[in-house]
Amino acid sequence: MSARRAQVRTTDWGPDPAAHARTLLERARWAADEFASFDRARVDRIVRAAAQAGHDNAARYAEWAVRETGLGVVADKTTKNEACSLGLLARYGDEDYVGARYDADAKILEIPRPAGVVVALTPSTNPVSTVYFKVMLALMTRNAIVISPHPAAKAASADAARTLNAAAVAAGAPADVVQVVDEPTIPLVDALITDPGCSVVLATGGTPMVRAAYGSGNPALGVGPGNVPVLVDATADLVAAAERIVASKAFDNSVLCTNESVLLAEESIAPDLLRALDDAGAHVCDPVERDRLRDWLYPEGRLRTAAIGRDAAWIAEQAGFRVRPGKRVLVAPFERPFEEPLTQEKLCPVLGFHTVADAAGGIRLARLLLRGGGRGHSAAIHSRDRATVMAFGAAVEVMRVSVNVGASLGSSGFETNLAATMTIGTGFTGRSSLGENLEPRHLVQYTRVAYNRDAGVAFDDFAGMQPWTVRPTPPAARPAAHDTARPDGVSHTADGRAAGRELDLLREEIRRLVRAELHSVLGAHHG
Amino acid sequence: MRDYGFVSYASRDDFFDRSRAAWNPGKTQFWLDQGVDLVIDRREGYHLWDVDGRKLIDVHLNGGTYSLGHRHPELVAAMNEAMTHYDVGNHHFPSIARTALAERLLATCDGTMGKVVFAAGGGEAIDIALKTARHATQRRKIVSIRNAFHGHTGLAVNAGNPRFSRLFLVDEPSQFPQVDFNDLAAMESALRGGDVAAVLLETVPATYGFVMPEPGYLAGVKDLCERYGTVYIADEVQTGLMRTGEMWGIYKAGVSPDILVTSKGTAGGLYPLGAVIVADKVAGWLDEDGFGHISTFGGAELGCIVAMKVLEITGRPQTRATVASIAARLERGLADIRSDHPDFFVGIRQNGLVIGLEFDHPTGAQLVMRALYENGVWAIFSTLDTRVLQFKPGLLMSPELVDDLLERLHRAVGQARAAARATSGRAA
Repeated sequence: MSARRAQVRTTDWGPDPAAHARTLLERARWAADEFASFDRARVDRIVRAAAQAGHDNAARYAEWAVRETGLGVVADKTTKNEACSLGLLARYGDEDYVGARYDADAKILEIPRPAGVVVALTPSTNPVSTVYFKVMLALMTRNAIVISPHPAAKAASADAARTLNAAAVAAGAPADVVQVVDEPTIPLVDALITDPGCSVVLATGGTPMVRAAYGSGNPALGVGPGNVPVLVDATADLVAAAERIVASKAFDNSVLCTNESVLLAEESIAPDLLRALDDAGAHVCDPVERDRLRDWLYPEGRLRTAAIGRDAAWIAEQAGFRVRPGKRVLVAPFERPFEEPLTQEKLCPVLGFHTVADAAGGIRLARLLLRGGGRGHSAAIHSRDRATVMAFGAAVEVMRVSVNVGASLGSSGFETNLAATMTIGTGFTGRSSLGENLEPRHLVQYTRVAYNRDAGVAFDDFAGMQPWTVRPTPPAARPAAHDTARPDGVSHTADGRAAGRELDLLREEIRRLVRAELHSVLGAHHG
Repeated sequence: MRDYGFVSYASRDDFFDRSRAAWNPGKTQFWLDQGVDLVIDRREGYHLWDVDGRKLIDVHLNGGTYSLGHRHPELVAAMNEAMTHYDVGNHHFPSIARTALAERLLATCDGTMGKVVFAAGGGEAIDIALKTARHATQRRKIVSIRNAFHGHTGLAVNAGNPRFSRLFLVDEPSQFPQVDFNDLAAMESALRGGDVAAVLLETVPATYGFVMPEPGYLAGVKDLCERYGTVYIADEVQTGLMRTGEMWGIYKAGVSPDILVTSKGTAGGLYPLGAVIVADKVAGWLDEDGFGHISTFGGAELGCIVAMKVLEITGRPQTRATVASIAARLERGLADIRSDHPDFFVGIRQNGLVIGLEFDHPTGAQLVMRALYENGVWAIFSTLDTRVLQFKPGLLMSPELVDDLLERLHRAVGQARAAARATSGRAA
């Protein structure tokens, strides 16, 4: 009997996209509502547990993400996953996003108010680290989060989200505090970001998606694309600059949107810089190779997406030439910067290279290049002349400039003191409401309780007071048979001072671990 | 006052007069006497609006008929889709929709169930269950609980309070012995003669005020049924479909019934439907004479389509999780309210979202019902225990709505307590 398509489908009759979105968001609303009354100690336990789970699985998900997407480098993704789990805890763990604070002079009491339900769109280039990042931010600020991963990275992303959810819930978080979409589709994403149950959209990804987030009718923190110019002037330490730039370009095969795209070198030092780049592990293309590379990388003038996150040797081979083993970056010098495809964003270890007459010319050109894309994002400069640094910062329309540091981890805050982030605010000039690196505080707002400024009206003393009910939290997990858990089930950390000391020690240990790991991985690249 | 196109009324009183004249004078007057002058107009989610536009939170839900909310958009969409292709169907023939729903219902059970028989409603479904048990055992007696309610059809009405069977001279007390709930010894003495076809039990008796079974009681009854060759029929009309946090309350109680009856919410309040889920060992009549029970509207295909959607929504992990969230918040909130009025609000009976609230006054639940109505909430007292209010929140309520409901209840309990003190001086 031949199968007839039934007019009323009576099998596989799941929810339509709008209903699916509503189901997830209604669940998230419950989690957010419960979570919003948690005190600092409970939140700390949850954040720590999720961070530890993320760290424990960093390598596994790095491998999985590379296998699933074909993008990036396992070791570098491992580093990012660690940086976005225990690393974020070390960075932000001391910040208080939960307690009330007050300014007695201003006579204002401030009470934190989480966003509620965060809908997070995550990319294919940095899939798991962005999932980690957004989940950690949400947990630190007592928000529930629904993640819609990029379809090309959905399996690793969804599994990672579930791992963090399980750890958070075991540590006392409300059920379903982290949810994830297994089968992301455009109608489902659209339903998630436009549903009134979404409190804020965190959009990291392509321009259409970011624009859709801003058009959703809901509050959104979306960021535009980058295309990072880096200026090396005559005062720069050329060897150090070359090593930093090569390491940054090689890091995860340039999938961080903060990685350098076009190097502008002052004429007087350009030959020396090219030699230093070669010494640091870059292959400098000759004109024939450059043309082949351009033709392959930009068919019809637009970036070939298959190149994103692939390694230098593979790209060279596709373009029709070979590079010596150990070469991690392809440097492509070009003479005319106008209508040149190699000035576009690359997201692969190819670096455009152009010589400028002087630093002022480099600044003008850097500014001009951003008109073609990447406005508001980031730029970098290697210089020992503070006037040039300031002029660069003023002229180039970006929201952050990395100085004497690789841009990948510099602008994303892992090798500078910018906020460590996977989401780069591109500011008004980059059509974003967010001008900074996205960090936990962006997901919490404050109710300001303001007293009469008249000196005759007294402000109250709120010292030692918190608005949240301090409740004993059940043990994080069922104790093992050998475990000598306290029979009353009350957590030891109910003692605030003891908990504080324990936390400080833990944070120091985490910082040490992350420093050691970052140095070992990054050091290997330098060496 | 209102022109509905198909009818118009000069005033609310005009409408009540006509309702008394043409429909049901007793019921119409009863609610007016209770202070509940409700004429439901618009309905959406867990809200009702009366004809004057007054908004009420519905925690009556017609006993779970609207557990997923009034006119749930996904159910309405399923119904509309079904309407483009189906009508009620022909009850004599095998039907795609009926068979698909039967398979899905069986899949919600514990593996011991083998057949589904459909009805147009809960009473008919209970009648089918009782007939099935009588056929399987070739015995006539049906044991039920004093103060139970199982519907008002021919057999079912006899298993309930005699008020309703005597009214119509259909009472058959010799065939329908009744025992006290939670009394295992009484149950055993009723079964010991070996002449009882079935024990019929609501998992939590609703109309009796949601009296919770004592631990081990239901399992004990099941053991007795097995010992004396009696069929155990679980009436899951008010406790099924996730109201206890599990698809069927009887499985949550650790009991595997021989027959499970569902209705009310089965088709989401958009179509009348009941279903009797039967273990193969007692389903023999379906082979012997498949025409044994005929029901033109039993398992109507429109209802089957909606019911599949009900099962799909109800079975989502998020629905189960949300029921747990709602139940936990209500448990906290109800305890808080009770601690403010411990002399009046004396009991909370709760199994998931199956909740009875007990008040220390002979008509306490009616007083609270009226106060709730004045505060924008519609909940109904237990017909057979007017001290207990049935409190039946929906499965998909938002935290905001639960907080709203608790706030209104808090206020209403205080007002009802004052009214109780004024009338009886009991709650001092």
